Amino acid sequence: MVSDEVVRDILRQNEAMSNLVDTLGEDDDLFEKGLDSFGSVQLMLALEERFNVEFPDSLLNRRSFSTIRIIRETVTSLTLGEAA
Amino acid sequence: MDSLPALDRDASPEALPDSPAAEAPTFLDRLFDAGLLVRTGVDGLYGRSGAFESVVEALDRLVSRLGADDKAEVMRFPPGMSRSTFERSGYLKGFPHLAGTVHSFCGNEADHARLLACVEAGKDWTEKQAATDIVLTPAACYPLYPTAAARGPLPQGGLLFDLQSYCFRHEPSLEPTRMQLFRMREYVRMGSPDEVLAFREVWLDRGTKMMAGLGLPLAVDLANDPFFGRAGKMLANNQRNQNLKFELNVPVNSVEKPTACLSFNYHQDHFGTTWGLTQADGSVAHTACVGFGLERITLALLRHHGLDLDAWPADVRATLWG
Repeated sequence: MVSDEVVRDILRQNEAMSNLVDTLGEDDDLFEKGLDSFGSVQLMLALEERFNVEFPDSLLNRRSFSTIRIIRETVTSLTLGEAA
Repeated sequence: MDSLPALDRDASPEALPDSPAAEAPTFLDRLFDAGLLVRTGVDGLYGRSGAFESVVEALDRLVSRLGADDKAEVMRFPPGMSRSTFERSGYLKGFPHLAGTVHSFCGNEADHARLLACVEAGKDWTEKQAATDIVLTPAACYPLYPTAAARGPLPQGGLLFDLQSYCFRHEPSLEPTRMQLFRMREYVRMGSPDEVLAFREVWLDRGTKMMAGLGLPLAVDLANDPFFGRAGKMLANNQRNQNLKFELNVPVNSVEKPTACLSFNYHQDHFGTTWGLTQADGSVAHTACVGFGLERITLALLRHHGLDLDAWPADVRATLWG
């Protein structure tokens, strides 16, 4: 199970998110809060490195990175080998 | 590869009386044979004949006529841009594989002697070549954004620019429509989201009518840029999900893989944020552009109306040359 805090730690590395992370709710839309396309790519790469997983092509879209809850659930399923 | 039925007279089997068993010449071969394009020894890098250029110039004028009422500010940049501008633009995030940098010799006299020896011996001579301050322009609008931002906030109602430039993309190909150096005509709109999206709608309509009026079969499709790598797949998916890019496609090399001749792009606030470009009220400017691939449209016309310009349909000739 991937924790909420670990996802927030990774989000802190993003310039647009770093000062907002502690104020974000689990279901807040990160793109509405300032995450851009390149930021979501960097987020994806950081998550892959941290959890040693690879997002399949079907998950390479904005929705997969749109909220902390979705990120947490998606990465959890990837670590369990469920999402491929 | 050349699966579009031959539509021009030069493509008839009689063109090959001595080699009935030989493979039919490709569209590119026929363009070379007709003298419309000139070989240079590099795929995607070609000379153009006077006839070819007459079509490119006529298309350029046609685009000017279609946009004349909008009174865009005309600006022309050379096909090289500032390297620092290029680096800040973000192009390398998405397209490192397409970029072309200009390098020059930066050695001393001994290095010069070694360079000549390497050339003579057919060895790598580029050791003392160093990056200059110039990068080849990847899209006509890239030099514009910092120029516009340097003027300060946009006036009320935003701005509209008219651009044309040779552009470079490192993607050698035998498809004549995928040149490494080609001309892109553009209109670029800067303003509020509503203003730039309205501009894109207007040009989707104008561009479609222009190409239909030239007798070309076409389809307008949702599209994405050729971003690099796995991260690029995500950028491409994001671009499609947000309807940011449309292309007007015409079958040129094949029906299965038609050629994008025009593109209609909404950049959201990407360039506005990158360059500090603001609207009159101080909020970040949004931008959109319409791009015309002048060589690609020319090739589409040659493919569909034949390699002999004099034999093109009268209405097409009238539209181009009055």
